Amino acid sequence: MTGIDWLILILYFAFVLGIGVALKSSMKTSTDFFLAGRAIPAWVCGLAFMSANLGAQEVIGMGASGAKYGIATSHFYWIGAIPAMVFVGIFMMPFYYGSRARSVPEYLRLRFDEKTRGLNAISFAIMTIFSSGISMYAIAKLIQTLHVFDGVFQRLGLNSSWIFDVAILISAVVVLVYTFLGGLSSAIYNEVLQFFLIVAGFLPLSYLGLKNVGGWSGLKATLGASYTHSWSGMGHANTNRLGVEWFGLVMGLGFVLSFGYWCTDFLVVQRAMAAKSMSAARRTPLIGAFPKMLFPFLVILPGLIAIALPAQPAVPPNASAVASVQPLGQGIIPLKVDATSGKPMLDNNGKTQLDYDLAVPSMLLHYFPPGMLGLGLTALLASFMSGMAGNVTAFNTVWTYDIYQSYIRPGATDQHYLWMGRASTVFGIAFSIAAAYMANRFNNIMDMLQLVFAFVNAPLFATFLLGMFWKRTTGHGAFTGLLAGTAAAAIHHGLTLPAGAVTGIKGGWLAITHTYPSEMAQNFWTAIYAWSTCFVVTIVVSLMTRAPEESKLVGLVYSLTPRPEEEPLAWYAKPASLAVMVIAGTVLLNIIFW
Amino acid sequence: MGIDIRLPLGSLFSLLGIILFAYGALGDSSRYQQSLGVNVNLYWGIVLLAFGLLMLFLGRRGARSAAKEENVSPSARAGH
Repeated sequence: MTGIDWLILILYFAFVLGIGVALKSSMKTSTDFFLAGRAIPAWVCGLAFMSANLGAQEVIGMGASGAKYGIATSHFYWIGAIPAMVFVGIFMMPFYYGSRARSVPEYLRLRFDEKTRGLNAISFAIMTIFSSGISMYAIAKLIQTLHVFDGVFQRLGLNSSWIFDVAILISAVVVLVYTFLGGLSSAIYNEVLQFFLIVAGFLPLSYLGLKNVGGWSGLKATLGASYTHSWSGMGHANTNRLGVEWFGLVMGLGFVLSFGYWCTDFLVVQRAMAAKSMSAARRTPLIGAFPKMLFPFLVILPGLIAIALPAQPAVPPNASAVASVQPLGQGIIPLKVDATSGKPMLDNNGKTQLDYDLAVPSMLLHYFPPGMLGLGLTALLASFMSGMAGNVTAFNTVWTYDIYQSYIRPGATDQHYLWMGRASTVFGIAFSIAAAYMANRFNNIMDMLQLVFAFVNAPLFATFLLGMFWKRTTGHGAFTGLLAGTAAAAIHHGLTLPAGAVTGIKGGWLAITHTYPSEMAQNFWTAIYAWSTCFVVTIVVSLMTRAPEESKLVGLVYSLTPRPEEEPLAWYAKPASLAVMVIAGTVLLNIIFW
Repeated sequence: MGIDIRLPLGSLFSLLGIILFAYGALGDSSRYQQSLGVNVNLYWGIVLLAFGLLMLFLGRRGARSAAKEENVSPSARAGH
């Protein structure tokens, strides 16, 4: 990083903190802090809805998957997000926004009962802390790997082993300051800045990369059909790079996992709840779906280009001759190197592995001169911090409204809850820092926690679907269904194993009854079993328990709620028109990249 | 809510645009070998500056019409 790159990074930090300071004076009630006063325009909420999810895992992970699986990674967008975003906007938002619930767990309280809310609130709160910790860990690791701070540390005479700690501290403090001061508004505004920064930093990257490899046709010629088609090999798990057949992909990813995330995860739904009107709330996910549809070209394409370029040793900016003696990776993606020994890491079969997570950072270093490099790295850091802030704002809301106000101290003044929101921002970030260090020290514990979260999340959408569209669903049914679904996910994982994996964290810890062609296939099928179990158990238990009073379900269940009145909007701005446009666009993209 | 996001967004991108444009116009061009001979700083700086100015323009216009509405609405309500 040279002077100009630092200038850009510092300018961005100044704006981020400035927004927090500017918003401080408008944080008068807890609604201002936790729900942005329900006063945000639809387009701002829409971009935030999409960007809240655009954290470390997304930008680095999608580039990595692009390098590994090719354009088929776009399934995570085109069937793994768009249909669910349309569904939540058209069908579910009337109940979330219309019920005036302040959070997703609170909706469960209104629709079902206290225990269902408690289960969801507590598991969600724990999950957000760990996700935010993982984001922080990823920022610090990336700063370390790319040697961003090395020059400054040398000049100041500091020990370079502190880089990880300093990076954690800086990201934590920046996120703390702006969410503490401006609450959800601050987080949403920064997500909008981050959205445009990612576009500004990554669009020239895709352009230069494509130009270099001879456009899409050049990429096709270099990489071959398996990298450049999204559907044509999906008939059987062995004929595509993902190792999943179409049914598992569509049902597991496209239905269970995607709807479970975009329709029930408070992290994203909170952005729509902050909208200024019902119609703005309904349009939020639909507006977010437009850029979502096109983002594969910004985040997946660089991964494909990285693997297609001629192999060369990736030389980090400040590295010495060490890099040149390392064996080559593929494209510009380096081999995975053990951090302590400096030697390439080997997999179970003794083969070297590519460090796919470095696909996108390597592309930035490869193409961008000083100036643009600063912008690209700033975009990357911005996305990590927004991912963190998204989790922190979701955590402080669920903690304050659904745990503190419900179980610890009900009936306090609004000012007290506003204070608690700020306090929980501080200790939420403190816990995230602990989680980040845990991720650094004990990788296995983190893997296991993420597995448990996956089990808890998988059945959620069945509960919401039944709750919103079948008035007979009862609280006991929902609660037992959730527990049964989580258990089904765990049992399925314990009984199956992906091909070539070792029994343990990857599965098969009960007995091995089935082997999946890939880990992805196993994940998708775990989700399908969890969802189906939850769906059936919820129905059976609901029918066995006393039906809820219909008068209490008005505004919460489809058949008992009057249709939302349409605001006078131009035809193209109506939720239904936006939905048709985004679906048509997605179908077209799928056909082009078939 | 508080501020119109288009104003900080527009200011940030205008500044970024000016910085990149100036750096691209003044610096020596040999550093653009890695970006395939394209002076990305110069061209992309212009694009970012244009986007920033557009956002500032829209934000200012939005603020003006919001102020107008506030002036009009009390009297309109009084008429009912």
